[in-house]
Amino acid sequence: MAGPRELPPDEVLVQRLRDGDEETFALVLDSWSGGMVRLAMSFVSTKDSAEETVQDTWLAVIRGIDGFEGRASLKTWVYRILVNTAKARGAKESRTVPFASLLPEEEGPTVDAERFRATGEPYAGHWVAGQEPRPWHIPEDHVLRGEVREVIAEAIDELPPRLRTVITLRDVAGYGSEEVCSLLEISPGNQRVLLHRGRALLRRKLESYLSGAHDIAGGRGRA
Amino acid sequence: MNCAEFVELVTEFLDGSMSESAELSCVVHLARCEGCETYLDQFRQTTAALGGTLPGPGIPAAAREQLLEAFRGATRP
Ligand SMILES: [Zn+2]
Repeated sequence: MAGPRELPPDEVLVQRLRDGDEETFALVLDSWSGGMVRLAMSFVSTKDSAEETVQDTWLAVIRGIDGFEGRASLKTWVYRILVNTAKARGAKESRTVPFASLLPEEEGPTVDAERFRATGEPYAGHWVAGQEPRPWHIPEDHVLRGEVREVIAEAIDELPPRLRTVITLRDVAGYGSEEVCSLLEISPGNQRVLLHRGRALLRRKLESYLSGAHDIAGGRGRA
Repeated sequence: MNCAEFVELVTEFLDGSMSESAELSCVVHLARCEGCETYLDQFRQTTAALGGTLPGPGIPAAAREQLLEAFRGATRP
């Protein structure tokens, strides 16, 4: 299993890929394929089909890298090919992800109401003392950063599919909101609701993970 | 604006798609609320962490080999 490695900047990556540097190709392949399979699953019906979509995407990347113009980031460009490939395949499998309207569970507050002072109390709607978010820092350390990525990846997998799709496109692939709206045929307002809910759930996961890690560092252990 | 309202506006605030008056209310709230300032910062850190490399099962080893072969075989000027 390849560990998480930082990728060089786009100009370097693209030049190396054009020069046929196999190590660089393996690096982007291993870095991005996991997220790509995850996203493809939103559009096609099986894991096999998602893997084949990702494979077809990489073949298109190999053929097209010389024509990459650098208007978007390399990753966004690769993901655009992926989404088009996945949508075409999903249409053939007659699978569509309906985004037109929000589901009831996708609306409502994204932070536990218990953390705010109740209506009628002084300072209603403000953080209850001791319930306000405490500052945390995502560790600099290489190994710990890897652990944080594991936590995030797992948390993304656990998101409801529509939240996962939107957050993957926006925050993992780096699409802008307009692009996501046209890609998914969703209104800007609904796109924002799904993105916000997805981010809030992931923030909550990181909050509990990082405060747990802090407890361990302080020698108190995890409950 | 209270905190329960602010936490629902963070994505809109970060997107820069708010009306000027709503944005101003957020800024005023942030200036005197440490909890919400922290919440905003955590939202930023969360989205930033998503942009990095995420581990995942990826594609099967055989497919990976085929792609590496296709890359080697691609004709280049
Ligand atoms: Zn507040």
